[in-house]
Amino acid sequence: MALTGAPRIVTSRIGYEDSYTLERFLATGGYDGLRKALSMSPEEVSAEVNTASLLGRGGAGFPAGRKWSMLRAAPTTYLVVNGDESEPATFKDHLLLERDPHQLIEGVMIAAYAIGAAQVFIFIRGEMALGIERVTQALNEAYEYGAVGRNVLGSSFSVDVVVHPGAGAYICGEETALLESLEGKRGFPRIKPPYFPAAIGLYGEPTVVNNVETMSNLPWIVLNGGAAFAALGSGSSTGTRLFALSGRVNNPGVFELEMAKTTFKDLIFDKSLGNGIIDGKALKAFIPGGVSAPWFSPDQVDMHLDQDEVGKAGSMLGSGSVVVMDETTCALRAAWRITKFFWRESCGQCTPCREGSGWLEKTLWRIENGEGREEELDMLMDVCDNLAPGLTWPPQQTTICVLGPSIPSSIASAIRMFRDELLVHVKEGRCPFA
Amino acid sequence: MTHLSEEMIAYARQLVSLYPEPRSALIPICHLAQEQDGWLRPEAIEEIAAVVGVSPAEVFGTASFYDLLHTEPAGRYVVSICTNIACMLAGAYDLLDHAEKNLGIKAGGTTPDGLFTLEDAECIAGCDNAPCLQVNGRYFGKLTRAEFDKLVEDLRAGELAEQVPPHGTLCRVRRSVGLTARDGGGDARLGTSDEPERPSSTSGGGTAGGVAGSERGGATGGGTAGTSQPARRRRRGKK
Ligand SMILES: Cc1cc2nc3c(=O)[nH]c(=O)nc-3n(C[C@H](O)[C@H](O)[C@H](O)COP(=O)(O)O)c2cc1C
Ligand code: SF4
Ligand code: FES
Repeated sequence: MALTGAPRIVTSRIGYEDSYTLERFLATGGYDGLRKALSMSPEEVSAEVNTASLLGRGGAGFPAGRKWSMLRAAPTTYLVVNGDESEPATFKDHLLLERDPHQLIEGVMIAAYAIGAAQVFIFIRGEMALGIERVTQALNEAYEYGAVGRNVLGSSFSVDVVVHPGAGAYICGEETALLESLEGKRGFPRIKPPYFPAAIGLYGEPTVVNNVETMSNLPWIVLNGGAAFAALGSGSSTGTRLFALSGRVNNPGVFELEMAKTTFKDLIFDKSLGNGIIDGKALKAFIPGGVSAPWFSPDQVDMHLDQDEVGKAGSMLGSGSVVVMDETTCALRAAWRITKFFWRESCGQCTPCREGSGWLEKTLWRIENGEGREEELDMLMDVCDNLAPGLTWPPQQTTICVLGPSIPSSIASAIRMFRDELLVHVKEGRCPFA
Repeated sequence: MTHLSEEMIAYARQLVSLYPEPRSALIPICHLAQEQDGWLRPEAIEEIAAVVGVSPAEVFGTASFYDLLHTEPAGRYVVSICTNIACMLAGAYDLLDHAEKNLGIKAGGTTPDGLFTLEDAECIAGCDNAPCLQVNGRYFGKLTRAEFDKLVEDLRAGELAEQVPPHGTLCRVRRSVGLTARDGGGDARLGTSDEPERPSSTSGGGTAGGVAGSERGGATGGGTAGTSQPARRRRRGKK
């Protein structure tokens, strides 16, 4: 932890070589949070999470406590953990899954107790083979230790947890697609409304879907109190948060930082964090919250890692991944690669997303290779406007899920911020960076 | 004689018992079948369908949506080089070019000896080690061309057997317990089972203990309420 005196909440153990073992976990306060939660009533646990004002860490930033309170009353309620983490340049859950699987299980058990879940499913991205192994192993140990299953830690509370492997599809991170996949089907996002699985979720039952990092915060919140969590950060951005920094920096990695107290400049340039740009080059642009997010320019680096501040500036903190581009980066090529990703990952249900992504990708590729025309930049903007009318952020939705309307972010950013550079491709008939 | 080994079918049934509806075990069982064959053979698809209670076409239709489920044979080592944004900014396309030359195949292809399949992959959440790749789901990062050559050499010589399990093996750890929360509750059985009796204990043997006997039988029919899906060809994997 750097820069502020905030404690490490979700990464307190990762310095240990054996951080993923039950032994290390128990030696460092593991399952004490669950023990404490079980001595409280479920309502009291939810109240602490509400006080903490814990915002979901999966991308949308919705308050976890509020989501839980929206559950439709029903005999069977499910808790599903979203460990699909496939947003390009996002790799924080990867760390938590491999390095502290028991912390996740403890958080999951606390949430299951608070909402009275009948069963819990931890959905883990299929590419994360080691993460799946570690969580499966930890779950076996947790059952044996008595922290999961029947009469948890000697209490009258019982719940089962199942680890469910994904099979390689970005769209399964979208919560309704994830539920379809968990039901053994193709990962097609469901038509809204209902807007929240809390009304109709897994097998049609009320379901809470929360991110891995969101869950991993719960043991600390229960042990230290929601107020202690809310005392960190500022405004609605409370606690600490994991930021995944990548791209043209000297020291890419995952950093746990106090929300709203640190700036993008700190993250990118501080010696203990990103440690500046490779070869001392100049910053060109950065993506503040995953490739779905509109880009920021160097004059915005003083902005805080604060959900509201970034939102007001027309982008989002999203999944907490910051990608740095420097003066050697071709903005057009970056936008093309991101668009290619969306094209490959579009589930194909909605025409604007399915057809638009392919057209955009091909056009960007032609311009990148010097075969474009100037008026095509305006055509690109026009197609983007069809996908997300008005090109605002958050986008106007034209499709079943928000993947489609996210496609324009990088394209519109590149055209608005670097129009002249894109035109050099057209005029010179080649990429000036190649 | 079944195509999938008896212990695999037994473990597959136990996976079914972990879910309120059997169809939920479809994808986990597909992964399991790939452990044996490296891909989903038609014979395996038939048996998976029987275990989860849907038609083979439903299994195939679902599996074909997912990148990690192979409906065609793949090489013994599937080398997936990430070319997404962070890796691209660290020279991933140079690495991919180099890999294509070294292996003598284009991305998407398999070497004639069946040893290597090369993929131009999306972000694999290893961006702090860009440029990075996975071999059969295991990470290798910050690769130079020379290191890539060495990796291929070591794989060929079988020197990374410990680190890189056979293609198709997703998780080397088996779940060791069934559902226990509702044991003795008396109502844990969901639906009626018209499937053959499930083995009452694990037959996995060795270190890979299967799920211990749980209370639930494999309910059937849970998958039939599925949505009708638009007939559409997936674009994933196309260049
Ligand atoms: C296309 C798309 C991909 C998403 N991918 C993920 C993901 O990989 N992990 C995740 O936790 N949330 C992802 N989300 C957000 C989820 O739909 C959901 O909001 C989140 O899991 C809720 O958890 P939280 O409230 O704890 O953040 C994605 C959303 C969309 C539209
Ligand atoms: S917007 Fe794209 S990814 Fe989302 S449901 Fe429609 S086609 Fe599928
Ligand atoms: S961009 Fe290559 S692993 Fe994330």
